[in-house]
Amino acid sequence: MTARIQIPSQAKRGEVVEIRVLIQHPMETGYRHDDVGHLIKRNVINVLSCRYNGVEVFRADLSSGIAANPYVQFYTVADKSGELEFYWIDDEGKQGSERQSIQVGA
Amino acid sequence: MKRREFLAGLAGGLALPGAALAQVDPLDPLVWVVTNGAPVKKGKVTLELPQLADNGNSVPIRITVDNPMTEADHVKSIHLYAERNPVRNMANFYLGPHAGKAEINSRVRLAGSQKVTAVAKLSDGSFWYDTASIVVTLSACLDES
Repeated sequence: MTARIQIPSQAKRGEVVEIRVLIQHPMETGYRHDDVGHLIKRNVINVLSCRYNGVEVFRADLSSGIAANPYVQFYTVADKSGELEFYWIDDEGKQGSERQSIQVGA
Repeated sequence: MKRREFLAGLAGGLALPGAALAQVDPLDPLVWVVTNGAPVKKGKVTLELPQLADNGNSVPIRITVDNPMTEADHVKSIHLYAERNPVRNMANFYLGPHAGKAEINSRVRLAGSQKVTAVAKLSDGSFWYDTASIVVTLSACLDES
């Protein structure tokens, strides 16, 4: 599962920064059939979580109501330099994670 | 006949505000899970959807909550509901005072023309909602696309 996560590499202290997460995933709904008529099992990303220096700042419970290759954009306050850690898991139990660092100036 | 028309008009007039109030049914089990039966008021939340989508597979959605994000007063969570999707609770987003701004952008799947509702839970325990209607030409989920 590859993901594209965009955060500003630098920010001022106290600035509200935009975080954009795009994960490559089919988000299989469980309502579709394959070529021979068998139901394709549901496989969606359940949880997407974002930690900022170890503290969870955002979490999303997703379902089949979210489009394939889920895109989520949210915000956080840049208070100190460090790392943003993204973590997600799908119905098959496959986990994905990604880290991005942010430099916070005065 | 006149009397009947009058009564029908009266009933219609009475039904309208009722229908407007019932847009978020606090007794809806999906909403109840979140609110525990608390009233859900309209306002604060803005739900933005295109008016028309050619394809329901990926519809951009934006939810903003007009509320400060401080330790004392912030948005705790945002819940998204679709009226006609097989899975009606599309997503739940959990925020905190650290979010700085209560805004979420995403893309949803919609099975047909319907009303989409966003319910926000604030730290003071109050609930707010907004709805948006959308016409979906080709619906997602149920067809083989």
